[in-house]
Amino acid sequence: MTLVYLDNNATTMVAPEVIEAMMPYFNSEYGNPSSIYDLAHGANEAVKKSRKTLADFLGAKDPKEIIFTSCGSESANMAIKGVLDVNRNKKHIITTRVEHPCVLNLYKELEKRGYQVSWIDVDSKGDLDIGQLLELVNPDTALVSVMMANNETGTIYPVDKISEAVKMQNPETKVFVDGVQAAGKIPINLKDTKIDLFGISGHKFHAPKGVGALYVKTGTILSPLIVGGHQEKGKRAGTENVPYIVGMACAAELAMQNLNDELTRVRKLRDKLEKGILSNVKNAVLNSKSANRVPNTTNIGFQYVEGELILLHLNDEGICASSGSACTSGSLEPSHVLRAQGVPFTSLHGSIRFSLSRYTTEQDIDYTIEKLPVIIEKLVKISPFQKELKEIFK
Amino acid sequence: MWEYSNKVKEHYKNPKNVGSIENADAIGEAGALACGDKLKIYLKIDNGIITDAKFQTFGCGSAVASSSILTEMIIGKTVEEARKITNKDIADELDGLPPEKMHCSVMGHEALEDALKNYFGEEKEENKKENAEKIICNCFGVSEAEIIKAIKDGAKTLDDIKEINYAGGGCARCVPNIKMLLDRYSKKDTQLNPVQFILKINKVLETNVAGELGKDSGGIELVNVDNKDVYVKLTGTCSSCKNAALTLKNFVEAQLREHVDEQINVIEVK
Repeated sequence: MTLVYLDNNATTMVAPEVIEAMMPYFNSEYGNPSSIYDLAHGANEAVKKSRKTLADFLGAKDPKEIIFTSCGSESANMAIKGVLDVNRNKKHIITTRVEHPCVLNLYKELEKRGYQVSWIDVDSKGDLDIGQLLELVNPDTALVSVMMANNETGTIYPVDKISEAVKMQNPETKVFVDGVQAAGKIPINLKDTKIDLFGISGHKFHAPKGVGALYVKTGTILSPLIVGGHQEKGKRAGTENVPYIVGMACAAELAMQNLNDELTRVRKLRDKLEKGILSNVKNAVLNSKSANRVPNTTNIGFQYVEGELILLHLNDEGICASSGSACTSGSLEPSHVLRAQGVPFTSLHGSIRFSLSRYTTEQDIDYTIEKLPVIIEKLVKISPFQKELKEIFK
Repeated sequence: MWEYSNKVKEHYKNPKNVGSIENADAIGEAGALACGDKLKIYLKIDNGIITDAKFQTFGCGSAVASSSILTEMIIGKTVEEARKITNKDIADELDGLPPEKMHCSVMGHEALEDALKNYFGEEKEENKKENAEKIICNCFGVSEAEIIKAIKDGAKTLDDIKEINYAGGGCARCVPNIKMLLDRYSKKDTQLNPVQFILKINKVLETNVAGELGKDSGGIELVNVDNKDVYVKLTGTCSSCKNAALTLKNFVEAQLREHVDEQINVIEVK
């Protein structure tokens, strides 16, 4: 059975090299990094080395700025709650309408607890209204929180420029960047930015699920989310997840080596897929319209056809993709990202995200371009909007 | 991913009776594009018997499956028999639907009802009134009375209601109505006046907190209450304890949130 995996923004295959790198830390090197005997030494060294690799990966000045966590959501929660907790007199937060739910829902919760949250709009291409953002920064602003790349459309937001400008307005305002969808896909160089906090998740770049990291710029104070032992310099208690940390470091290394492939070959394949679909399917419209995009993502809406139904039929052909729309998430709410962008209802519910990785092949793309038009043609026949579809297909 | 039955899979993969009927005797519709679901059903009726049925659906896998199986269920039936089909019958015929997808069967039922109303004109409107019980959640057929009972039995939030009788857990169209019922019928014990609010905080501090802190020769004093911010002063050994911040958050604040108000913030005054 063919398997074409085009859902790498959801999760990625664990790289074989990563699994290999992890194995010794389940077997011979099982010591607790905090212990004193020789057995623990290897584990301790491995964590140290991994921290250095992650620092290189994110372009951090100092490995001390890297804190290991269990996932992207933990990194985000730690950054946001940690910063707000030490700045209790400040009650204003600025974020965007298109953040990932793990960040978005936290801000909604904070709103209920008395924080004033300003939500920044995007235009029809998905780009942020940076002017609006900067106007809102005031002495009471504790935090500005903007993702680096959007998980649904792949749009890149200029977080370096934003952090720079925010600090000009209020040097005390902290800047948190959700970098989960950027890591491994585009260059990141945090030491040259004014970003204070940057969260990533291992399983989005071929490490296993269950490990992430938070970059905390030197001098940024935040209270811990998990309190207990002295690990991670008291910033995140809990025995280090040594094999997974090693795995994530190996994945980061591979991502650095393959960044050029991502930016060239993967981008070419993505563009081929996009063009192939848009030119072969008449009711297809591009949702990922920003000029600045990560190289692996495209989001395409199919007018008058519903997204889950497309995904089910793609699945029957062995193609994995996803939609942020209606039925898949268990609620009837269509994608908040596409809605913020003003995508019309005609294609909103039929929007599909394809996300590639360095394991995606040309055959995968050709196969998808061959199968998708047949599926859409079949589903168009079921649609009750025959009059409207006839207009599009004439 | 949803756990669809084989029957559902079979019907969304190869739906039966897709299309429209020219000169249909009845046409019914349900849903709307903006909601992500729309269904149109066409019927051919001879001497009170449904001889043909066709459908067109914009919707997810279970919406297509519900429409497809519905057309199979009604062909050959009299209109009277067809009128008796409920959304649950449709779901049962598909060997069940995931709870979040029950609204798909409701939509099938609504479209059929709409088509038959169209066929009968207004005359059958009366019959519907026999059913005096007001249904709030169509997905799971939960009545207003059942929801009020759940609230009186202690349900405080929408999630509580979903837990008890599933209402609101499907298409969520009835959520505003359920929230209205929650507002109207739940006990308003959280709406204390400011004096009662402070007294209650003080009582929890005295009975639940002070005793515990006393075990370590510490103590606590209530200094001020400003909206949901509760200012306290730690006394005795607590005042110099390294873990005071932790105690305040994990114990004092947790106690106040549990017993007084979920939104309370505890702030230490040195």
